Amino acid sequence: MSEFFAGATKLGTSLAAVAIVLGLLLLIFFLGARAKGRAQGPVAILVFLGPAILLVAYGLIAPAFRTTIGSFQDASGNDFVGWANYTWIFTAPGNSTFLTNTVLWIIIAPLVSTALGLTLALLLDRMRRENISKSLIFMPMAISFVGAGIIWGLVYEYRDPSKQQVGLLSQIAEWLGIQDPPNWLLWQPFNNFLLMVIMIWIQVGFAMVVLSAAIKAIPGDVVEAAELDGATGWRLFSRVTIPMIRGTLIVVLTTIMIAVLKIFDIVRTMTNGNFGTQVVANEMYAQAFVAFDVGRGSALAVVLFVGVIPLIVYNVMQLRKERTIR
Amino acid sequence: MSVEAHQIIPMPQPEPSGREESIPEAAKRKLSSPWASGLVILITILWTIPTLGLLVTSLRPKEQAQNSGWWTFFTDPVVTFSNYSEVITGGDTIPSGIAPYFWNSFAIAIPAAIFPLVIATMAAYAIAWIPFRGATVVFFTIFALQVIPLQMSLLPLLQMFNNGWSIGPIPIFPDLNAPGSAQSLFYGTYIPLWVAHTMFALPLAIFLLHNFIAQLPRELFEAARVDGASHFLIFRKLVLPLTVPAIASFAIFQFLWVWNDLLVALTFAGGTPDVAPITAYLANIKGTYGAQLHLITAGAFIAIIVPLIVFFSLQRFFVRGLLAGSVKG
Repeated sequence: MSEFFAGATKLGTSLAAVAIVLGLLLLIFFLGARAKGRAQGPVAILVFLGPAILLVAYGLIAPAFRTTIGSFQDASGNDFVGWANYTWIFTAPGNSTFLTNTVLWIIIAPLVSTALGLTLALLLDRMRRENISKSLIFMPMAISFVGAGIIWGLVYEYRDPSKQQVGLLSQIAEWLGIQDPPNWLLWQPFNNFLLMVIMIWIQVGFAMVVLSAAIKAIPGDVVEAAELDGATGWRLFSRVTIPMIRGTLIVVLTTIMIAVLKIFDIVRTMTNGNFGTQVVANEMYAQAFVAFDVGRGSALAVVLFVGVIPLIVYNVMQLRKERTIR
Repeated sequence: MSVEAHQIIPMPQPEPSGREESIPEAAKRKLSSPWASGLVILITILWTIPTLGLLVTSLRPKEQAQNSGWWTFFTDPVVTFSNYSEVITGGDTIPSGIAPYFWNSFAIAIPAAIFPLVIATMAAYAIAWIPFRGATVVFFTIFALQVIPLQMSLLPLLQMFNNGWSIGPIPIFPDLNAPGSAQSLFYGTYIPLWVAHTMFALPLAIFLLHNFIAQLPRELFEAARVDGASHFLIFRKLVLPLTVPAIASFAIFQFLWVWNDLLVALTFAGGTPDVAPITAYLANIKGTYGAQLHLITAGAFIAIIVPLIVFFSLQRFFVRGLLAGSVKG
């Protein structure tokens, strides 16, 4: 145990860094406060806004330009190659795997997560002690994708059928009378869906909590009026509940889509993109940091960027509309 | 983006609101069907079983963990903590232990949560309450930057840290290599990780905090200005204390985001025990020692226990921060 806590000294470094940065800021504040008269405003703007703008310019704006330029260059980033990297992404024979998989991910994982989350939200609304269930279903959201990968790796663990099963899924298959359960993570193309299950496991809680709040926010008199008119069950659900929470539903769906488009950790930890499970974000990492092909890596990053834009724009427009209605 | 989700949706728990109040208790009871409860409980169990399996496996001796399913534990319970002691300090199977990585995660995540918050609060105050031309443009530019995925920044940022950066002859960022050395001064330190996480967190943090700070009552600032208080004084004495709830939510979200991050860690930390966080260690042992279920599960449990403690103890803040930040990355 003492060995474990020996590492705590590392915290000293970071606390010192925090102290230094905060101390510097206080010093600048002290100096800035001495500015008099007309200089006050500009000095304050410089001090308050300067650090943020500098960091954002170096960390996001400049890199975005460099990556875009890099996507038109060769592997070492020395010569321009036109659209070659993009042509490679969309036409090279092996690449259809990660393109198809990413499309499947974007369609299936968000839809299933949102549908399950909505079902749970509706059921929770009819339950009296909902908080424990809510917490437990929401809990995976706090777990890292790597941790989730290990948790589900255990579920998908494969043993030869002659031995005792260690993975829960194989055991369930045997209990159901399947004599020879496959090695799940090598079982193409279904292994993709098994990886999506991990993402769904994580995202359902998010969808549930947001949608549950939206359902609770539907005014009681709207529901009562509908019930007086004889709407019950499915009709109440499809004619009243769904239209009332439509905006939130779309926000949930697109939010999960954005997360899914960039999914990296799960695929990397579970299969590292092997056995037909590669996706764009992991291919980007592999090209940029394993194969050191700056051009292809950059082009893949740009593809992700272009994929995210319409989702976010749609999302923002949806929220705008929502706001003007209210 | 769900950035705004918590603003349009009154955030949940535990106080009942809206419809619940408007329906009398009797009607509520009639509505709560045993079928609904049963189904929810079933799903809850289903959702919890995988994590339970992890915990149980991490407590079983090597032989049992590798040769029988964790559910057999309940008919043949043998508990050991040796997996934990082995994975913490390192042992015969996995030579390097998790302990240094565990502390690295704290050492990375604490400053990486504090820095962006301080800088973002300052920027948000400037945009909201220091009148200057172009404030709106600055705000919308920062807002728009949220569309840039992490992946766009990784390569250029890494090159910048390692080799500096210049456009033609104009130096934009200095080459930080010690003379004659191929390695940046940053190499093997937490600095690139802190800086990168701070940069990536800023757009969202500024956006959210601005929304909060801009809604503080105008009279407050006007009165303070009339009394001759400088912006610096107003910021310290008025803005910071009033913004604590928003800061707390975002701090928790950002801490967990950094704690759970793998992509930034792999890019900027390498895999050394000097700086790499616990996620990098886990990804590594999962790849190399995948068959050692008893050790990997123990390591994973150590890694997820911190976010779980945060989750269960600060759930309300957590929910708010998470809903606000779920599009980040």
